[in-house]
Amino acid sequence: MRIGVFICHCGSNIAGTVDCAGVAQRAAAYPDVVYSTDIMYACAEPGQDAVIAAVKEHGLTGVVVASCTPRMHEPTFRKAVERAGINRYMFEMANIREHVSWIGKDVEANTNKAAELVRMAAAKLRLNRELKPKSFPVTKRVLVIGGGVAGIQAALDAADAGLEVVMVEKQPTIGGKMAKLDKTFPTVDCSSCILGPRMVDVAQHPNITLYAYSELEEVSGYVGNFDVKIRKKATYVNWDKCTGCGLCTEKCPSKKSYDRFNEGVGPTTAILIPFPQAIPKKASIERDYCRLFNQGKCGVCAKVCPTGAIDYAMQDEIVEVKVGGIVAATGYDLVDWTVYGEYGAGRYPDVVTSLQYERMLSASGPTGGHIKRPSDGKEPKDVVFIQCVASRDPSIGRPYCSGFCCMYTAKQAILTKDHIPDSQSYVFYMDIRSPGKGYDEFTRRVQEEYGARYVRGRVSMIYPKGGKLVVRGADTLMGGQVEVEADLVVLAVGGEAAAGSPALAEKLRISYDGYGFFMEGHPKLKPVETNTAGVFLAGACQGLKDIPSSVAQGSAAAAKAIGLLSRNMLDSDPQIAFVSVNRCVGCRKCIEVCPFKAIREIDMRGQPKAEVIETVCQGCGLCNATCPQGAIQLSHFTDNQILAEVEALCRF
Amino acid sequence: MSVLEGKELRIVGFLCNWCSYGGADTAGVGRFTQPTDLRIIRVPCSGRINPLFVMKALIGGADGVLVSGCHPRDCHYAEGNYYARRRLEVLKGLLPVLGINPSRFEYTWVSASEGQRWQHVVETFTARIHALGPAQAFAGTTGPANHNRADAMVS
Repeated sequence: MRIGVFICHCGSNIAGTVDCAGVAQRAAAYPDVVYSTDIMYACAEPGQDAVIAAVKEHGLTGVVVASCTPRMHEPTFRKAVERAGINRYMFEMANIREHVSWIGKDVEANTNKAAELVRMAAAKLRLNRELKPKSFPVTKRVLVIGGGVAGIQAALDAADAGLEVVMVEKQPTIGGKMAKLDKTFPTVDCSSCILGPRMVDVAQHPNITLYAYSELEEVSGYVGNFDVKIRKKATYVNWDKCTGCGLCTEKCPSKKSYDRFNEGVGPTTAILIPFPQAIPKKASIERDYCRLFNQGKCGVCAKVCPTGAIDYAMQDEIVEVKVGGIVAATGYDLVDWTVYGEYGAGRYPDVVTSLQYERMLSASGPTGGHIKRPSDGKEPKDVVFIQCVASRDPSIGRPYCSGFCCMYTAKQAILTKDHIPDSQSYVFYMDIRSPGKGYDEFTRRVQEEYGARYVRGRVSMIYPKGGKLVVRGADTLMGGQVEVEADLVVLAVGGEAAAGSPALAEKLRISYDGYGFFMEGHPKLKPVETNTAGVFLAGACQGLKDIPSSVAQGSAAAAKAIGLLSRNMLDSDPQIAFVSVNRCVGCRKCIEVCPFKAIREIDMRGQPKAEVIETVCQGCGLCNATCPQGAIQLSHFTDNQILAEVEALCRF
Repeated sequence: MSVLEGKELRIVGFLCNWCSYGGADTAGVGRFTQPTDLRIIRVPCSGRINPLFVMKALIGGADGVLVSGCHPRDCHYAEGNYYARRRLEVLKGLLPVLGINPSRFEYTWVSASEGQRWQHVVETFTARIHALGPAQAFAGTTGPANHNRADAMVS
């Protein structure tokens, strides 16, 4: 092999604490190295051109670049050497920036260490083999998990681009959290007026298949060809027959059911259509509240249904679909605020969450858009908003800022004044965080135009007094204690990852952080990709965000999926396991440890042997370390290659 | 000359690509200064690490070997680090039998965002190896001359 070594200065990033010319000089003496030089910026165009020119001039068959981390520029240099006419896997990187020049100032030690890392890379390169990707066809269909505003945006964008879209929504209707909102900040325009048409588009789009009241059961396969099983939960109403007339919901005698859509503000019926604009507008029965299921007799809905759609014997159904890409858009849930004793821990009916308040404000909500105290139905005059409930609180494991509460509290204070002109709003806040377009102006307007009184401080307790609630807190700007006698208290409850997020992440084989939010591929440069090829993220499931950001991320995720599936064939990563059949004894150990079911047993002239399913293998090498015979090896990370690195470090 | 005579000892690290190698990168980006003894070998997953790699390094003349992967439950490949943990735990128990002080070997979990934790791991492990001094050379190996001091055996 003829190896060329290129030591990058990275301006002064490396050259500042590493003698790059000295490293190049030492590298020239390593086995098979025929050319060695230092270079100002290897990744820049002149740098890449210099590598390509050297390959041609010196007849190089392998290249080592010592520069930054391979997690940054390995793909860049692989492309460059390919342009020079050698296989992209005949290339190794030595990380002499993140692992050397940036973590030590001793030039002698750094130079020596850099030279060692180059020796290691060259030793491995000598055992590299040319690898070629295999092509496989893709399924041009996208699965969108979650029908909130982010999922809707992703689905519509992908469908408009000509892809087939399968949307799975856990609830009986799409719309997510945004559908529950009355108005949106900072424009105070009607939420359902802007979301409603999008929801209808989803229902009517010829490329979108919607599975509402369904959940993801299982995912197998790989990028381009995922096999997905969807569990359609039993609604006990045949949706093919249901016309959404709502007669059943009028006649249902079980009128004390929990109203999930209205956040429990007022009860509902056991058979229901969540709200008038629901998509799909179909009835479903909440089994836990239905008299027929719990007391054995009723059947009123079946009697009144004009189309005979009620089917009490309905069972869950599993639907199998094949998709090429997946967008996770599962959103968020509110934190359980009843852990806070100081806010009454749920004892006082007139302490409500912001989302419950939103339903009270909504004209299509249970109060018809009239703000009423849950305790006595009276109109409140003094309304206290408490911000940062379950946000920025390490004591309950929620140290992060939810990001949208400052803004929706300001909006709700404005709406309160609009609904009840003689009302007074008080807002207890920690800091006002409003870094969006038109956001800060909005939070000023609520104070200056609408007269909301902002008090900087935390609330220490809420207690009932007469028909009112006394809110006692600190005013850290005035340096004293304040007490407000409130008719209604609204808690700006923060968000957390939607229930079941970790379980879904494990099904999708994507990572999630300590709070259950899904991990993006890179915090800056890969905000919608995950580390699992073909799985993308949109909306609050990746981290809490407001509507404009969720929509933007929905479009971004769709763009990634469209880009991926615009190709007819995809290349598989050739850094996968392969079996030497001569050595394989058919012990099945590799089959058992493989997390991806990528190894199967085959029969070779009566002998059991392992075989790697190339498109399924993810290249972890677990099988390689398990095989007692060394028969199964991970390409590009074979035992011999790793041992060559060990030798290079220990023997000299 | 592999290590700086009298200044450095020979420490080999096996790091998984997704978490710990990224964590070491994060430490670099954050300029978290570390001792220079450690040389890092990148592997796709801690589950790829055959305990024999560690043995080969220790017998071949390494004074210490450090393995680091993703935190349990957070493996890029779902469960590779669980296999790693079992294998490496067994290896730890086996090292004294082979005449190697098990303190020369350690495994840990560092995520891609934990640059500071990585700095701490490297500082602590390097200090531990320096406290132990150079490893004893095995018969038939070509360790440098100063690698002849016998280790105190740990039972």
